[in-house]
Amino acid sequence: MQWFLEANSVGHKIALMVFAILLFAVVMGGILLAVDRPKRVPTWVVVAGFLGPTLALLLLGLVYPALETVRGSFYDRRGEEFIGFDNYVTVFTEDGFQTVLRNTVLWVVLVPVITTALGLVYAYLVDRTRFESLAKALVFLPMAISMVGAGVIWRFVYEFRPDQPGVNQIGLLNQALVLFGIEPQQFLIDAPSNTFYLIVVMIWIQAGFAMTVLSAAIKAIPDDVVEAARLDGVSGVQMFRYVTVPSIRPALVVVLTTVAIVTLKVFDIVRTMTGGNFATSVVANEFYTQAFRQFNFGLGAALAVLLFILVIPIIAYNVRQLRLSEEIR
Amino acid sequence: MTTTTPVMAPVPPGDRETGRPRRRAARARRRLSSPAASTIAVVIAVLWTVPTFGLLITSLRPELDIRRSGWWTFFTDPEFTLDNYNQVLYGGGTDFSTLFVNSLVITLPSVVIPITLALLAAYAFAWIKFRGRNVLFVAVFALQVVPIQVTLIPLLTLYVDGGLAGSFWTIWLSHSIFALPLAIFLLHNFMKDIPASLVEAARMDGAGHVRVFFQVLLPLLTPAIAAFGVFQFLWVWNDLLVALTFAGGAPDVVPLTVRLAEMVGTRGSDWYLLAAGAFVAMVVPLVVFLALQRYFVRGLLAGSVKG
Repeated sequence: MQWFLEANSVGHKIALMVFAILLFAVVMGGILLAVDRPKRVPTWVVVAGFLGPTLALLLLGLVYPALETVRGSFYDRRGEEFIGFDNYVTVFTEDGFQTVLRNTVLWVVLVPVITTALGLVYAYLVDRTRFESLAKALVFLPMAISMVGAGVIWRFVYEFRPDQPGVNQIGLLNQALVLFGIEPQQFLIDAPSNTFYLIVVMIWIQAGFAMTVLSAAIKAIPDDVVEAARLDGVSGVQMFRYVTVPSIRPALVVVLTTVAIVTLKVFDIVRTMTGGNFATSVVANEFYTQAFRQFNFGLGAALAVLLFILVIPIIAYNVRQLRLSEEIR
Repeated sequence: MTTTTPVMAPVPPGDRETGRPRRRAARARRRLSSPAASTIAVVIAVLWTVPTFGLLITSLRPELDIRRSGWWTFFTDPEFTLDNYNQVLYGGGTDFSTLFVNSLVITLPSVVIPITLALLAAYAFAWIKFRGRNVLFVAVFALQVVPIQVTLIPLLTLYVDGGLAGSFWTIWLSHSIFALPLAIFLLHNFMKDIPASLVEAARMDGAGHVRVFFQVLLPLLTPAIAAFGVFQFLWVWNDLLVALTFAGGAPDVVPLTVRLAEMVGTRGSDWYLLAAGAFVAMVVPLVVFLALQRYFVRGLLAGSVKG
């Protein structure tokens, strides 16, 4: 048994990995063989074979834990005593959490709007130019980098050295400030502006996604529409405003809402760059801190439920907009 | 959810009017790539590239130089070394080479298992008729909305009770479960695009569902599998939250991201280690991404992004 739980050499780990994959293959293969007898098998047996393992995992790993978390959010820090809405009251009234909520609102409003705007403008500008694919690849690349990696990259951009003779700035942004004769700043420490410097990192990561989806939408605008507008003598800016943007409205809504949801759950960037200190924490980071650092399970659960509740209006908006655009067609 | 790329048949230009529209089109195009527009595009491209490039240069400079001067001085005074990589990969305090193995061991099963399960489930939803199918599919689809944070505390309790805590199994299971709703939804979309006549013909010939799945559908679905595979690979390799929660305290299991994030906290000004460490963590996803970008984009456009 120990062999399956504690792998501490490279060979052992790889052996365990191969074992896990083989075990999975054998179990699934067995199930499929069992439902594929030459004799007529009732449909429900076949369905159970195809769907059963998945549904079991979803119930055990998503549905049950989610319900359990909702329950836990009404209990105290050890999950022993029922305390009603006290955890939620704490989240909405205590000063520290006010900052967390304010920051979360800033993230969820600014990141989607700026990301979508940048992605749209960039996709439009490089569309059908000679270096389109290179230009897109450059902006797209941060999507492959982990948020932790991005956090490290940008912490280095923001790196601060005291403003003394003989000390050189090694962070790009402070070097730029010094060149212009401005005093170097502690970008990640000085609140409240530090939240904005973290938001920049998220925009940097997500812009590639916005650009890709919007670029595909721009290319899907029928040629005759564009041609007709050109015959009417429409200028570049007017074309963008009156033809491109209205034609890709559904894609814009998808990008805005998708980025908003990802941003709502942002954790890695805050964790890596400031650890949630200096008044930069957001709900998802505070959830981790409360649940797994402070071991206040009740409060952690309440924050997780809050995330869940905040996602719902964004999804509802998305579904509504999609319905509307389908009706128009 | 959305098909953002309807295929549009290109309209062949009429012979009679080729002259004027062409000229206008040419003029419009020139206007689009006006100096102002080009400048904006170049500024964005530079802003998106320089931060990564700066850290890459830093990872190749000697420790002392990194402390004393900015990375841009590398161009006037090029000093080049691989010591930082050597240190971060094999040094006692960091040992990223072991973590690299951990990341790999975590990622492969976490990609293979959910894709297999999702393929089977998507097949059932697409091609087997049974009562309650639509209700069940909508329910699975709706599970995409659940933020994984909501599941973490009870899941950790389950793992501790089951004696699995701090092993690879917790991470494999968690990533597999979290991936399922989106995977089923995406693969179902691809599967529905396959002509029903193909499946029906095979069924008429007496093939059971298992044979139809393996012999008819699987070969046709390779691009879809690649699309989701790349997606899930990047997701798992780059994940911090799941690994931190379930393996945060187990040094034999933690992946690169967890240790890198930890190092920022404990050795935040040792840039020679952080820079090299960041690139060790980034190299695999970057290679996978560049090699399979086509599939990744297709996956992105077929649905939306998991978060």
